[in-house]
Amino acid sequence: MPEIRNLTLNFGPQHPAAHGVLRLVLEMDGEVIERADPHIGLLHRATEKLAENKPFNQSIGYMDRLDYVSMMCNEHAYVMAIEKLLGITPPIRAQYIRVMFDEITRILNHLMWLGAHGLDIGAMTMFLYCFREREDLMDCYEAVSGTRMHATYYRPGGVYRDLPEQMPQYQPSQWRNEKEVRELNTARQGSLLDFVDDFCDRFPACVDEYETLLTDNRIWKQRTVDIGIVTPERALELGFTGPMLRGSGIAWDLRKKQPYEVYADLDFDIPVGVNGDCYDRYLVRVEEMRQSARIIKQCVKWLRENPGPVILDDHKLTPPKRGEMKGDMESLIHHFKLFTEGYCVPAGEVYAAVEHPKGEFGIYLVSDGANKPYRLKARAPGFAHLSAMNEMVAGHMLADVVAVIGTMDIVFGEIDR
Amino acid sequence: MSSAKLEQLSARLAEAFADTLKASRVDRGELTVEVAPGDLLAVMSRLKDDTAFGFTQLSDLSGVDYLSYGEADWQTQRATAAGFSRGVARGSVHMAAGDGRRFAVVYQLLSVPHNQRLRVKVYTDGQPPRVDSVTGIWPVADWYEREAFDLFGILFDGHPDLRRILTDYGFIGHPFRKDFPLEGHVEVRYDPEKGRVVNQPVSIEPRTLVPRVIREEDWLHSSKPVQETPDA
Repeated sequence: MPEIRNLTLNFGPQHPAAHGVLRLVLEMDGEVIERADPHIGLLHRATEKLAENKPFNQSIGYMDRLDYVSMMCNEHAYVMAIEKLLGITPPIRAQYIRVMFDEITRILNHLMWLGAHGLDIGAMTMFLYCFREREDLMDCYEAVSGTRMHATYYRPGGVYRDLPEQMPQYQPSQWRNEKEVRELNTARQGSLLDFVDDFCDRFPACVDEYETLLTDNRIWKQRTVDIGIVTPERALELGFTGPMLRGSGIAWDLRKKQPYEVYADLDFDIPVGVNGDCYDRYLVRVEEMRQSARIIKQCVKWLRENPGPVILDDHKLTPPKRGEMKGDMESLIHHFKLFTEGYCVPAGEVYAAVEHPKGEFGIYLVSDGANKPYRLKARAPGFAHLSAMNEMVAGHMLADVVAVIGTMDIVFGEIDR
Repeated sequence: MSSAKLEQLSARLAEAFADTLKASRVDRGELTVEVAPGDLLAVMSRLKDDTAFGFTQLSDLSGVDYLSYGEADWQTQRATAAGFSRGVARGSVHMAAGDGRRFAVVYQLLSVPHNQRLRVKVYTDGQPPRVDSVTGIWPVADWYEREAFDLFGILFDGHPDLRRILTDYGFIGHPFRKDFPLEGHVEVRYDPEKGRVVNQPVSIEPRTLVPRVIREEDWLHSSKPVQETPDA
């Protein structure tokens, strides 16, 4: 009789389903997981320590690189924390722009999640479909900020600049002929708002398309239904937030419960799950994409009708216009001081949280009155979710680990920070 | 959160934990209370289990090192005999005094039933700093405490598995302490002769691009000129 022993299996960090650099040490009993020990930190860049050594505004770009698939939402929490310390409120138009881009970001994030999650558990087409729509949203990022991912668009006191009047268009090249370019440019004839509006009209049909592939798909349901069940009480104790918490049936959404910016004036619904399994979390996220499109529509309507400033006019905090600087001594001094020294933030401590696509993303900021943060702590939703890994996969089969990693919507930029 | 609701919570806390709350303040719409390390577990479990408070969720736990609180690189308040200082000697000017206690553990609590937030702070000193673990109250604290241990060297008594979490295997030191340099102590490179990755003392020079400056509280929106005080 040979001795039967548990097998320790090393999963990742180069496994494609590990969503980056997750190393999981799995203790297996045959095909069944006994214990999972995630080893994280392979992407640790000490963002928080770096931020302590930079003026406030120079760290906005670092925030993009935390959760690098929902860039502007990270920025949002950071600038909100600074604004709270300074005691300033951005102009209303800036708030609408922020909300619009938060929701664009939410769709971006959920599309990335859906594509990768599908790919992980056998629905290859999803990835291609999702990236088709992601491309358009990336173009929106590019139109306002000049970059497709790491935007650095939100600033304390508003946003960097107003929405462009003309949506950038494709040019013919050796990869795209005139005809293809003409097709791509049909929606890009007007302003950014026209393009976003058109996207929101198109998008629900795209979500329907994803759903025809997955929602009633037998294989998809076999891989996700009753996998990684979390009860509502346990979800709270485990620090779950966002779709992970709502998937377990708790209607908790900071956009509704602790509304920030203009969310209180907007009309949208919060989807909640029933069983708390991977399938419910999938349904919640898919519905969130539809709701996000609804919010964006409302923002577009408001933004069309209400022009105005998008950043505060206080040049102690925001740079003066380039033109003013050329002729006005005081503007020149303000510009110089702002870009050499930055601004000092009154002493104190705040915690600012936003409803990030993955959950509650919070920034705890301690200032001692200097032009650099004294301590910055980013509360990453994925960190709390991943810490429940052991509990969620224990007793499941090895293949379900991939489904659970997928359902957590793990991005290592925010977990390792 | 409305200030009336906060005052109400503050009053209820004062009533429930009369002598254990060391400080309680409302600032910028947020309530912070401070407890002694010895009282932490009792206060925390009541905050979670008592339905009057219902802080079912621990949103965040972070360590803070107050070693260089209020230190700046540049004297801005007054001129010296040689003019305003232009030095970038790190931490050469003390603008605001901390209260001498070095480490703090900060808990951000969220009450889902009452839709309220609360910040609990525990200061700790000693070599090494120690705090009781709250993993028995909120399981999510497990990783948060591992992180605070890894980055600040704060020990959590009663934690089931206090290992490093974010830094590399075999890392020495606690990198988020204020006396740990930003550049670190060692760097890693590939050595083609040995055919493997080697550790070596760090070769980057520390430098200050933007000096740390502390200006007075009302600097932001004051139009009055900065008060001149004679040089001591």
